[in-house]
Amino acid sequence: MQKPDIKQLLQDRILIIDGAMGTMIQRYTLSESDFRGNRFKDWPSDLKGNNDLLNLTQPQIIEAIHKEYLMAGADIIETNTFSCTSIAMEDYKMSSLAYELNVEGARIARKAADEITALEPHKPRYVAGALGPTNKTASISPNVNDPGYRGITFDELVVAYKEQTKGLIDGGVDLLLVETVFDTLNAKAALYAIQEFLEDNNLDVPVMVSGTITDQSGRTLSGQTTEAFYNSISHVNLLSVGLNCALGAELMRPYLEELSDKALCHVSCYPNAGLPNEMGEYDESPQHMANTIKEFAKSGMLNIVGGCCGTTPAHIKAIADAMKNMKPRVLPIIESV
Amino acid sequence: MNEHKLIKPYLRLSGLEPLTITPETNFVNIGERTNVTGSRAFAKMILENRFEDAVSVAKQQVENGAQVIDINMDEGMLDGKEAMVRFLNLIASEPDISRVPFMIDSSKWEIIEAGLKCLQGKGIVNSISLKEGEEKFIEYAKKIKRFGAAVVIMAFDEQGQADSFERRIEICKRSYDILTKKVKFPPQDIIFDPNILTVATGIDDHNNYAVDFIRATKWIKDHLPLAKVSGGISNISFSFRGNDLVREAMHSAFLFHAIRAGLDMGIVNAGMITVYDEIPKDLLERVEDVLLNRRSDATERLVEFAEKIKSKGKQAIKDESWRNSSVEERLKHALVKGIVDYIDADTEEARLKYNAPLKVIEGPLMDGMNVVGDLFGSGKMFLPQVVKSARVMKKSVAYLMPFMEQDKDNVQQKAGKILLATVKGDVHDIGKNIVGVVLACNNYEIVDLGVMVPADKILSTAKEIQADIIGLSGLITPSLDEMVHIAREMERQEFKTPLLIGGATTSRVHAAVKIAPNYSHPVIHVLDASRSVPVAGNLLNKEHSKQFALQVRQEYDLLRENHLKRKDEKNFISITEARKHKTAIDWTSYNPQKPTFTGVRVFDDYELNLIRPKIDWTPFFSTWELYGKYPAILNDDVVGSEARKLFDDANVMLDDIITNKKLQARGVIAFYRAASETDDVILYDENGQEFSRLHFLRQQIAKATGQEYYCLADYIAPKESGLADYIGMFAVTAGIGIESLVKKYESEHDDYNSILVKAVADRLAEGFAEVMHEEVRKTHWGYASEENCTIAQLIDEAYTGIRPAPGYPACPDHTEKERIFNILQAEKNAGIHLTENFAMYPASSVSGFYFSHPKSKYFGLGKINRDQVAEYATRKNKPQSYIEKWLSPNLGYNP
Repeated sequence: MQKPDIKQLLQDRILIIDGAMGTMIQRYTLSESDFRGNRFKDWPSDLKGNNDLLNLTQPQIIEAIHKEYLMAGADIIETNTFSCTSIAMEDYKMSSLAYELNVEGARIARKAADEITALEPHKPRYVAGALGPTNKTASISPNVNDPGYRGITFDELVVAYKEQTKGLIDGGVDLLLVETVFDTLNAKAALYAIQEFLEDNNLDVPVMVSGTITDQSGRTLSGQTTEAFYNSISHVNLLSVGLNCALGAELMRPYLEELSDKALCHVSCYPNAGLPNEMGEYDESPQHMANTIKEFAKSGMLNIVGGCCGTTPAHIKAIADAMKNMKPRVLPIIESV
Repeated sequence: MNEHKLIKPYLRLSGLEPLTITPETNFVNIGERTNVTGSRAFAKMILENRFEDAVSVAKQQVENGAQVIDINMDEGMLDGKEAMVRFLNLIASEPDISRVPFMIDSSKWEIIEAGLKCLQGKGIVNSISLKEGEEKFIEYAKKIKRFGAAVVIMAFDEQGQADSFERRIEICKRSYDILTKKVKFPPQDIIFDPNILTVATGIDDHNNYAVDFIRATKWIKDHLPLAKVSGGISNISFSFRGNDLVREAMHSAFLFHAIRAGLDMGIVNAGMITVYDEIPKDLLERVEDVLLNRRSDATERLVEFAEKIKSKGKQAIKDESWRNSSVEERLKHALVKGIVDYIDADTEEARLKYNAPLKVIEGPLMDGMNVVGDLFGSGKMFLPQVVKSARVMKKSVAYLMPFMEQDKDNVQQKAGKILLATVKGDVHDIGKNIVGVVLACNNYEIVDLGVMVPADKILSTAKEIQADIIGLSGLITPSLDEMVHIAREMERQEFKTPLLIGGATTSRVHAAVKIAPNYSHPVIHVLDASRSVPVAGNLLNKEHSKQFALQVRQEYDLLRENHLKRKDEKNFISITEARKHKTAIDWTSYNPQKPTFTGVRVFDDYELNLIRPKIDWTPFFSTWELYGKYPAILNDDVVGSEARKLFDDANVMLDDIITNKKLQARGVIAFYRAASETDDVILYDENGQEFSRLHFLRQQIAKATGQEYYCLADYIAPKESGLADYIGMFAVTAGIGIESLVKKYESEHDDYNSILVKAVADRLAEGFAEVMHEEVRKTHWGYASEENCTIAQLIDEAYTGIRPAPGYPACPDHTEKERIFNILQAEKNAGIHLTENFAMYPASSVSGFYFSHPKSKYFGLGKINRDQVAEYATRKNKPQSYIEKWLSPNLGYNP
């Protein structure tokens, strides 16, 4: 299906990206056997909680969730592939399934997006292939006694991310999204892998990056400030850079503003539904969140917006409604010399 | 909101924090000390695997204001790639360092690439060039772009390094065009290094190097949009190595002109720059004549001038203008510079002004000492300077004391009370005294119990004074056991006080494996005086102490585990088997030299002037935590000037000691007929009767087939050979009279000289042992009468025969000293006595054996096994447990 270039759309309006996948999956209260399905009924390790595996065992659930978000107003949906690297899948002894999980994750999202686009052809929907941070860090030692030790290397990350990129592209994504970056070196490895893969295969797929500022220190888990994080990845020609996870919209504002000031590309933001309450649940209401974000848009900081942990189709709908008449952030121009 | 925002195409780097280089950024200084090719001290740390120390160098750089740090591991003896990765990973974990961007400096692409894979932030590659042709250049530039780093381009091409203005701009232009057009490299990320080359070399062709660089800089900035210029600044002044005054002036003047021409950044030693305006006019004129190539005799004139200011020495530049400032400033200046000349008068003035002696201490004196502490902590001051500062402080406080007595109500608030002692049986205290001084400088109250302090005295005092920390020191191996004993006692008496362990034979591993398990509260090994401050600070910090203690405990647990694991891997062969592979010596063709006498000979009052030239100064500097080989250390970029001052002070002291006979050197040597029997050496008297036996130990750790298992006894002809062989023994000291000297200095509150005299006496004693050995070889024993060694050869032991000392690697059993001392009557003949733990007193003493066989050599015994220990106990007629106690560092098993 021929879609307009997303860069065109971004000039006209603020695009909506979807909300939390995990939160929605929880609503289905799936059992261990639901996760296993038929194919993995004898798999040696526990599989409950391996949300990405549902791409193979419960694809209809994933597709249904995608469609809920699309109906709520999302222009972009993220594939259910956050942990689909051979590295993150080691926990379930499923490293060898990484490629397949990505292909299927991309296909399900592609199908959902295309079906909804067919219903509303004036509003094309895009699929962003999600590449998560993995569960290992390339610039932090997991061993307090040996700060020079590393649980994973750049080269290992490149191999894993290249496989994930291939799977996502083979499955039909429109965009690639390196997200929830808590260690910029991991992200740099992902970007390195993506660039190499695209160049080797003579492809041009827009790339988005979304980092995570873990708390009000204003730094990533690996210690970088927002601007330092941006400088570290600015060598890549990005469609957008932004922030997601860890913080609710209000607390994210100063860092988003910093990014919006510095970034040469579009700016995205998909915060959590507030901070977790004493029960560990996210309880910021859709309307409250949408109001906060509306102010971001008024201040001219936003191009792409959505939700992360705790957000639901109701949040996305509220945000989409709030963004309706808002102007997108205008791309800065590099001053000539 | 519909306006397009303008973003400037600046060079935007990052570590944990961003570094943006704008036209307003005056000059970015890049730290140069973490470079194995540029800093000998750093290279040594890396080669010796002292990465922790190397990390602290990086930290100092950043603390001293480096905005980027340059890291280079190009050293032939190193796996540069591995060293680069390890170092980058380590410093990545130190937020105080990794906040700045890193510059990966290597001439090897594989090292650069490995380095780039460790950088979270946006760093700089230093460097690539057209040296290997355009194809390689493009390939590397593309990769660097993909990794997301800026790049330094050297003005170098297929023909070689650019040394003229024309070549510089030609190569830079060509590189720029390729990078921006073919590679699409962002021009703001390109940094040119148009080669800073040495001027004033005496070669006329070099005279215009600085001018060419400055012109090239200007040209690049004018013609290659957004490109930056950098360079290695200290190159410019290499001709004046050793003359820091001239070098500093050259650096500053060069930077002044180059920055005006557009130089954006440079690799500099921040300590080697002075303020341009403060360069004396006559020097500046000559320096600029050279840099700007203003006259044909510029070099000669600067060289001549440099000689003059060098020979005028410190006296000539002694600046007394500080005397005109306020009394607070004067006190601070005196403390930082270690000047005692005016301290009493200044203290008196301050006392009258503040109207209370305590206020003087808490005010200007503490302020000054805080400055000292900060400078030392950040590597801008070195230990000898700190000790001198402490001397000033002590003198000032001593002056105030009588007034304080009248005014007793006020008690000064100290950071904590630390009890220090050298343990029972040990007399070595230089290191402990230094630690005491440094801690006192950091506002700790120090109670120093001195040397040979028994456990109960240490512990009862600790209780009485309510010490916050107990620090134990020791140099000889038996002290290690004493420390274990003290730890056990502390546990039994339910102490909670943290225990610090220090001294030459102590180690982190020993503290972790042997001491820590005996005490439930913190046990921490402190490597040197500089480490003692942060450790004490952490232990007494209410917020972090628990966490710190836990962290150390975990670290030590891990060390212990690893140590125990490693131990299991050692393979031993039986002692019987080891003896079958003793040192192969063909005794049938050997003709032992008979000494000129047998029995004992005494040397009373040996001429110190003869000893002085044989002093090995290198260990003297390391006592003061200045690391490097003598004499090169005197010209070291970092510690050179302090080393020279210290060296001068030591020599002034030596002059005084020698001229005024303040110390006396005494010695005693002996030779006896000897024969070996297995691992013993039998000594025979005049009548050929056995009168004593020396007991030696043999290596037992399994080696490759065909290797020998050494034992000192192998170097003496075996009994069955029938040869009349000989062995010698000696005990020498240079410490007679030191007690009164030390007392005098202590009464003057002069820790600096008190430590200095001990360190000098130690060197004299070692020098004496060296002189005596030479005399023995050439004359008394006379087996090497033709020998003629330089001092360097002496230190490298390029002569025949050895003089191993009990307690050292070849014969680690300290108890054998007892036999030597008995035979030599060393107490009566040389004034040296042995403590119950076999330490020699005075501490500046050396004793040992003489072996003359050409095959004899120093070796390390290493670990030995139970079978040998049991047999050795029988040979010595001592209980096995007694032997195990003394040999505990060498036991290859758990007794």
